[in-house]
Amino acid sequence: MDIEKYKIPQISVFIENKKGRFYNTTNAMREAGVNIRAMSLADTMDFGILRFVVDKPKEAYDALIESDFIVKKNDIMAIAIDDECGGLSKLLKVVSDLDLNVEYMYTFVNSLDKRAVMLFKFEDIDSAIQKLSDSNINLLDQEYFNRI
Amino acid sequence: MTRDDIEKLQLELLVRNIDYAYENIPFYRDRFDEKGIKAKDIKSLKDLQNIPFTTKDDFRNNYPFGLFATDMKKIVRIHASSGTTGKPTVVGYTKKDLETWSNLVARIAVAAGVTDNDIVHIAFGYGLFTGGFGLHYGLEKVGASVVPASSGNTKRQIMLMQDYGATVLVCTPSYALHIGETAQKLGIDVHKDLKLKIGLLGAEPWSNQMRKKIEERLGLKAYDNYGLSEVMGPGVAGECEAQDGMHIAEDNFIVEIINPETGIPVEDGEYGELVVTPLTKEALPIFRYRTRDITRIKKDRCLCGRTFARMDKPIGRTDDMLIIRGVNVFPSQIEEVLFSIEGISPHYQIILERDGALDKATILVEANANLFFDEMKKQRQFMDRINAELKSALGIEITAKLVEPYSIERSEGKAKRIIDKRKF
Repeated sequence: MDIEKYKIPQISVFIENKKGRFYNTTNAMREAGVNIRAMSLADTMDFGILRFVVDKPKEAYDALIESDFIVKKNDIMAIAIDDECGGLSKLLKVVSDLDLNVEYMYTFVNSLDKRAVMLFKFEDIDSAIQKLSDSNINLLDQEYFNRI
Repeated sequence: MTRDDIEKLQLELLVRNIDYAYENIPFYRDRFDEKGIKAKDIKSLKDLQNIPFTTKDDFRNNYPFGLFATDMKKIVRIHASSGTTGKPTVVGYTKKDLETWSNLVARIAVAAGVTDNDIVHIAFGYGLFTGGFGLHYGLEKVGASVVPASSGNTKRQIMLMQDYGATVLVCTPSYALHIGETAQKLGIDVHKDLKLKIGLLGAEPWSNQMRKKIEERLGLKAYDNYGLSEVMGPGVAGECEAQDGMHIAEDNFIVEIINPETGIPVEDGEYGELVVTPLTKEALPIFRYRTRDITRIKKDRCLCGRTFARMDKPIGRTDDMLIIRGVNVFPSQIEEVLFSIEGISPHYQIILERDGALDKATILVEANANLFFDEMKKQRQFMDRINAELKSALGIEITAKLVEPYSIERSEGKAKRIIDKRKF
């Protein structure tokens, strides 16, 4: 199978817990014509990490660098589950049985096709893609994020 | 000159200066009378130790011209220190003093490799501060083409260096870094677009790690030099091409290293406060000026062949020594630790606060792609490593904190490294 196809580029941004910084990040992407599909904000004592999945990862990355943000690009996985009671629980059972190590995860619900999308950062993405795909889990590719 | 020749000359000039000050400066006449000091009793350099120190307070108490040995008619230039509190320290120069000064600055410039073929960009502030004019006249003496750009407007500075083909840069070390960083942001390739070879940097303490960063960023060799307005200005000491300590102009100055608490000279090679006695000044021949700079002196032969003693880069000042939870810490020690960690940017600031009855020290470090990890676990490990290295080097807890790039104020003069919010 084509493992690379299921790697979703994610943009992580370092932001200080200061007024206006979150806005400046989103504004930089707006000006670059980038649409945010999913995001999460993790905060530590001193600073925050903003993570985005977008329709145009390269443009988003360049725009943020241009605005002097500290940005990292890395790959995560996107998995679609049915938006119904027990949907996530079913998926996590598989993840747990396969002994995959999760660094963090976040989610969004696509109301158009009645599915929820789980975004996972696994310690070892290659093996996670292989194993989850073998277990018939519904993996999404970047195309999906350009389309919706 | 051999050590013997140097000391013979110093003694001769010292004896002459004591007489001269006694005759011309009421302040020193009173002081010498009080201590029973007479020029004829000075038989060796050791006798210098009987003369009381001169301090910044002596300058303040005699503000503005009370320590001058000549009348104002002979004074052709006035400078003053950037003293942040109280009255500034005022110094004056006769024509002959300016001549001596230019020669000594020319000497340090030549030791760093500057010639009359060079185009020198001076980004020190001109004005009362001795740095700008001091370097300016010394470099003219060498015959270099001097561009008196002064401070401010970094983009314009870079444009001037590019257009005029500057080969030598004169400024503070922190401003040199800022220029490098700005050039990079403007998309200027320092190796292709600029012709800089030599940096004559001074007026604030800096570490060897910082030197490496400046040399990388600007594609030049950075030389340190030392001086202070009270004893003349820049030109007291400067590095040769060996970059292994600054040669002191011992034919014009006697230097001592003392224990700042007891005032007693330390053993050769030990750290202590630098005390300087200028020997050839007409307007302001002072004795044993306490510089408050902490350094040490080496008298062994330098690779370059010069026999004048060398002083290390000052590791700090007696008055910017921080006492954090009872431990003496110099900002330069913190800098050494930070810069030894791969990827840390050279901009930092130390914040001191009170947490109840205890001191709390935080170091703000600007984040960059090398220091920021998407995974929290790796981020924490990295921050823990910085904290552990600070702890092992300094013996106290200092917490590093990442801040956004460019959020630490850039300085065009001396960098502001410490914010002390403690109230005692």
